Amino acid sequence: MSTDGNKKQFWKRNTAKVPGSIQHVYGAQHPPFDPLLHANLIKAGNKPQATPGGKPKKATTFQEFESITSDAWDVGDDDDELLAMAAQNLNTEVVMETANKVIENHSKQQEKQRRDDADASELEDREEEEARDEEVEEQGEEGEESTPEVSFACEPSPLSDGRLVKSLSEAPIGSPKDASLHRQQSLPHRPTIPMVARIADQNTSGNPAMTEREASRLDKFKQVLAGPNTDLEELRKLSWSGIPRQVRPITWKLLSGYLPANTERRESTLQRKRQEYFGFIEQYYDSRNDEHHQDTYRQIRIDIPRMSPECLMLQPMVTEIHIDIPRTNPLIPLFQQASVQEIFERILFIWAIRHPASGYVQGINDLVTPFFVVYVFEYIKEEVENFDVSSLQEEALRNIEADSFWCMSKLLDGIQDNYTFAQPGIQRNVKALEKLVSRIDETVHVHMQQYEVEYLQFAFRWMNNLLMRELPLRCTIRLWDTYQAEPEGFSQFHLYVCAAFLVRWRKEILDERDFQGLMILLQNLPTMHWGNEEVSVLLAEAYRLKFAFADAPNHYKR
Amino acid sequence: MGDESYNFVFKVVLIGESGVGKSNLLSRFTKNEFNHDSRTTIGVEFSTRTVQLDTATIKAQIWDTAGLERYRAITSAYYRGAVGALLVYDITKHLTYESVERWLKELYDHADPHILVMLVGNKSDLETLRTVPTVEAKEFAEKKGILFMETSALDSTNVEAAFQEVLTAIHKKVASREVTRGSISAVTLSSATGTASEVQEERRTCCKNL
Repeated sequence: MSTDGNKKQFWKRNTAKVPGSIQHVYGAQHPPFDPLLHANLIKAGNKPQATPGGKPKKATTFQEFESITSDAWDVGDDDDELLAMAAQNLNTEVVMETANKVIENHSKQQEKQRRDDADASELEDREEEEARDEEVEEQGEEGEESTPEVSFACEPSPLSDGRLVKSLSEAPIGSPKDASLHRQQSLPHRPTIPMVARIADQNTSGNPAMTEREASRLDKFKQVLAGPNTDLEELRKLSWSGIPRQVRPITWKLLSGYLPANTERRESTLQRKRQEYFGFIEQYYDSRNDEHHQDTYRQIRIDIPRMSPECLMLQPMVTEIHIDIPRTNPLIPLFQQASVQEIFERILFIWAIRHPASGYVQGINDLVTPFFVVYVFEYIKEEVENFDVSSLQEEALRNIEADSFWCMSKLLDGIQDNYTFAQPGIQRNVKALEKLVSRIDETVHVHMQQYEVEYLQFAFRWMNNLLMRELPLRCTIRLWDTYQAEPEGFSQFHLYVCAAFLVRWRKEILDERDFQGLMILLQNLPTMHWGNEEVSVLLAEAYRLKFAFADAPNHYKR
Repeated sequence: MGDESYNFVFKVVLIGESGVGKSNLLSRFTKNEFNHDSRTTIGVEFSTRTVQLDTATIKAQIWDTAGLERYRAITSAYYRGAVGALLVYDITKHLTYESVERWLKELYDHADPHILVMLVGNKSDLETLRTVPTVEAKEFAEKKGILFMETSALDSTNVEAAFQEVLTAIHKKVASREVTRGSISAVTLSSATGTASEVQEERRTCCKNL
């Protein structure tokens, strides 16, 4: 296996080449148990030594790595960050170990969280009323037995049996048929998440106040963002594990390349780009009813009013959970305002006209939403329910529109062959997904083959809409933090995210024994309650896959 | 969607211009739901319902797709094995009716030649906004040798009837063996006459033809 040469590097690293072939390519069903990995991890039990601050140096064993990144562990940094750091400096094996540790940590945190919650509620009630002790204890116990949607609690030692890849989905999650059971399990620890209130927040616990960790992350971001020249590499590393909502708008603009790194040039660049966009409107928008543009515009006009975000969240099969989700999505008023609809129409029309190779394709409209929502949120002080777009100054709204247009353009530039005629990009990606899944989870792959489910039948939408139809909007926004931090995030990392996403439902998939059941499951996956935790785990898993398969395409071509 | 046994699986496709109401026809028939704000369909969407005909239990496997031209390359595969099609237009938008001829051509280009087609004029609840006269559409359907019905997914009018008629007509075709077994992907699961291995063999043949 060659790692150099004419192959595109997916990730810049200054490490030595990975020696030999990557043994972590998974065989028939389970990842092979690697004694080397195991040995390193036992060593890793040692306490890290304190080192003076500075970037982590190159390391070749997990132990070394841990010792030089002690500050990361101490502060309790997000594990994804650790992964990102690992990727920069280590060889594949160590990264895999790190990823394993991330996943293990998540499961420990989940466990701890559950116990904390149970303890906290216990304590509260005792203070209130002694007589209810018994009840509370029962509740606490129930809580501990129940399993949140994503959990590794059932895996006692995920690493020692080398089946970590499976651990994601072997939690006893209720299948959609067991919707009531699912709800029972999830309710005690998953309060109603107002769709919008949690959109840009970092955590999905009911706690609105910023934790110490969040505050420290925000500080780091502010540090990087201050100063005359933003270190984009540094910003990417930080962003990989999620961007605090306060700095998300500017971070997104920087990561996409819309804003220059040089602070001084920013204002002028913004002005220039915004002017350019307004120029397009003047140039093109009036022609929207002309014969040659009519069809484009008509289609856009059909699609925009149907973009109520509530629809982005409805999971018709999981009817019991419906009850938890607020029926009136606070975002609906926003998306029903005529001025907002017009903004979307303009953005999409201008883009379509300027990209005749693809024109407007249904699904592209969804891709504007995260940018628009994130940039609008910069201005929202009060409750979103009460937010009236017309209260924004016209200039602010115009700027939001222009910025959304440009950032969406940049996104689409990287994936344009998803939307050109016959959509070759999507066909290619779906085939690649199929190959990848056949390697990482042959059981699932064979199961789907057995019931004649074609990947194109469900994964088309995953590629066309970048999973936006399968996840709540808040999860998409969190996902895009990482996609914009990754090189080729939307085009290449997305593939691994899709693979991790599919395999995450392996239990539900294997429970379905006919074509109908499988199709309905795959088109209605129960992610309505998903938040940052679930997305983080998904990303960690995708990252592992990428490291196992990127730079080694022959390993997943039979 | 229980585990009731059924005699046949009939694959039916919904086709027609964007915005005519295909998805709501699907949800009305399979879930008795209607959503004013239903989002645009991406790729293909799928739902099922089991119905009782006179002599048989039919599992209707209904495929819904985006109306936009763009998806044609992807969804041509979705005609495969379809035994019925509902070609839907919007009675308040004459443009969507004008495309029917084109949709028919596409259907016959990609689907089984014996596929059973019904022309469906949807949104009959919007009578005051009608731009396609019933009589005209009915005559067109007769000329083309296809079934016809006007429906409203919103208030449920004729939705049940439309699907029932299509499924019954398909069943009649199958029962009368007007089409060779190989060209229709009807899978008999609990046949009184055939043995299990016969069924298996049929399946394999069907799959090979796909």
